[in-house]
Amino acid sequence: MLEFVDTAAEAVSRITDGATVLIGGFGNAGQPMELIDALMDSGATGLTVVNNNAGQADAGLALLIKERRVAKIICSFPRQSDSWHFDEAYRAGEIELELVPQGNLAERMRAAGAGIGGFFSPTGYGTQLAEGKEVREIDGKHYVLESPIRGDFALIKAYAADPYGNLVYRKTARNFGPVMATAAAHTIVQVDEVLDEPLNPEHVVTPGIYVDTVVGIPTGSGVKEREEREALAAGRPKPCMATKTAAELAAQK
Amino acid sequence: MSEMSEQTTETADVQAFRSTDAPLTQDELARVIADDIAPGSFVNLGIGQPTTVSNYLSPEKKVTLHTENGMLGFGPQATGDQVDEDLINAGKIPVTELPGASYFHHADSFAMMRGGHLDVCVLGAYQVSATGDLANWSTGKPGAIPAVGGAMDLAIGAKDTYVMMDLFTKKGDRKLMAECTFPLTGVGCVSRIYSDKAVLLLDPSGVVTVRELHGLTFEELQDKHPDVRFEKAGA
Repeated sequence: MLEFVDTAAEAVSRITDGATVLIGGFGNAGQPMELIDALMDSGATGLTVVNNNAGQADAGLALLIKERRVAKIICSFPRQSDSWHFDEAYRAGEIELELVPQGNLAERMRAAGAGIGGFFSPTGYGTQLAEGKEVREIDGKHYVLESPIRGDFALIKAYAADPYGNLVYRKTARNFGPVMATAAAHTIVQVDEVLDEPLNPEHVVTPGIYVDTVVGIPTGSGVKEREEREALAAGRPKPCMATKTAAELAAQK
Repeated sequence: MSEMSEQTTETADVQAFRSTDAPLTQDELARVIADDIAPGSFVNLGIGQPTTVSNYLSPEKKVTLHTENGMLGFGPQATGDQVDEDLINAGKIPVTELPGASYFHHADSFAMMRGGHLDVCVLGAYQVSATGDLANWSTGKPGAIPAVGGAMDLAIGAKDTYVMMDLFTKKGDRKLMAECTFPLTGVGCVSRIYSDKAVLLLDPSGVVTVRELHGLTFEELQDKHPDVRFEKAGA
């Protein structure tokens, strides 16, 4: 049953120790920072986390890892210049890592959400990351058997939710959000805007069937979105529009 | 490029072997790759050096750039008011939107690649084998934290995977191998190597077709890679 709650703390209150939590975001775009902070405050531990990365600097997922609340992480790119908390936990043998190519990571969650029991992917064939996995040759090409990744919970950031839980996202902040929403038993969404009116059905990206808990939390995304709407209303181009291509800029120099 | 002495066997045929006296600069190399990308192509440029190829893709060519974090049709790096934290490329650099851009989620983005819808992907490499195996995600150093990102998906995703690299490391070690010694990213996936000293066309047979040499003779190339069979293009 869809619920709208007032705080991030309420939104994550169902997450228990040992849960598998899918966390959206690619870099800072689409990262549900306030939900992750609330998960930190909730005290839940022994978590398995699925995210593209393994936390950056001293915020969000990096802090969960620093406090050893993450027993296992499934991700594609844990090594970044500012992922020192993961580095330390990993080198101390205090976090388990399952490294998955980024496209397989997304597709494994898509499979879970779509009721697929496994799929043959060409990605990773003949590499270390396919070792021990079933390989099949189909029409002369090699594929590796990959299994679904299901979450008990998903924490994602969308831009807006309507009263039916339908979601729209903003630019590349969409990234893993729609896929994770389908792959978790309970999907928790933070949005910049909780709408009073239904979204245009043609514009819905994640239908409300995948959404369980919504909390409205204003972030920088809302500030940018308002600037963009003001510009469009005033007949100016969106601020994020390129005025020139890379080739034109290079030619100017 | 204009300052180079060009010895072209058949000027009309881009596939014919040609050579110049000096290695290509990074900008010249980026231009060579850009010139080889067909008008109307959908292209993914890997993080780092391959990004510079976009500087030479003229707008008239109508090439659309893909970034695996879910966008087609991004423009140059964003500056000033253009910067929007929700609009970044795979290198997590703020970029701009071009007319006709589209956004999609990660599974769609990689399905687009895996499904063979992208025409060209340009990647960096530690090593490439004569049969097109790619090693670009790990040097296999013990103790290093493994990280793969989208490298393995990109390697096998486009219709054509081009590698942009130096032909030799700074220490002078070769990067074109009979077989890669570093952990593989993909098997038989690279179709061309664009390097400072040579443009090479790869084939499952392992016979490497030499299209261009810059500051290196055919004999020197063969000498440095005794276990690889080379043939001049158009020969």
